[in-house]
Amino acid sequence: MLNAGIPMEAFLVVSTLMFFAGVYGFLTRRNLITILMSVELILNSVNINFLVFNRFLFPDKLQGHFFSLFIIAIAAAEAAVAIAIIINIYRHFNTINVEDVDKMRY
Amino acid sequence: MEITVNHLMFGLFAAMILVFSVLTVTTRRILRAATFLLLVLVATAGLYFMLNYQFMAGVQLTLYAGGIVVLIIFSILLTSHISQKFEPVGWKKSYFSALASIAGAILCITTILQHKFQATTEAAKEIDMKLIGNSLLSTDRDGYVLPFEVISVLLLAAMIGAIVVAKRKKKD
Repeated sequence: MLNAGIPMEAFLVVSTLMFFAGVYGFLTRRNLITILMSVELILNSVNINFLVFNRFLFPDKLQGHFFSLFIIAIAAAEAAVAIAIIINIYRHFNTINVEDVDKMRY
Repeated sequence: MEITVNHLMFGLFAAMILVFSVLTVTTRRILRAATFLLLVLVATAGLYFMLNYQFMAGVQLTLYAGGIVVLIIFSILLTSHISQKFEPVGWKKSYFSALASIAGAILCITTILQHKFQATTEAAKEIDMKLIGNSLLSTDRDGYVLPFEVISVLLLAAMIGAIVVAKRKKKD
């Protein structure tokens, strides 16, 4: 086992710090694409949590594994739609800075 | 407690994740942010390998590191100059955001460290591809055929939606 000797809390602390790095980016960034990157960081840290709980607490079950599989699929769909919207916004306003995009009405 | 190869590997991946995720949200060049995000996702795949979830690690590498990051880099190239630099964040905003994030992190970490987690005593199940495929398409109690089909429809809808939204409008 590759995780022998490593406590579960170590994994959880790493994913927590990653989550709050994502929160910091979400609060400070002004560019839509970097905001999307922060959201990806947050989603990824949640995935780590699901897999760690599955492996350490319920190694006889598969729920966490499949939950994070579906989260990855949803993250891919979300990124595709978000980037389509961002490109459309860029065509309209010639910028993707959230402070300059003040009128989303078509 | 002696230091084993596992500890070194975990330390390496954890350090990579922490350093590069902070750099992702603080660097002022957008393409570098995407590169650091890629490194974070690769290190996360390493953590999945350490947890013995080889399939999830493969999915993470191909879908996240291979798919989403490439999508993000393409959209960066379509919407900004490569050498574009952001102006620095105002000190007030970065100070208060950092305060909120650090307070949240401290709260969560103390809760995690104080909680006593109860593991089951059942024997661990080895997850191989056959088991994953069977459970994804089985209609039994532990089957996932309904979410699997729903997510197929969702992906189709997202694909059509992305094409319709990003399509150039005809000038009339």
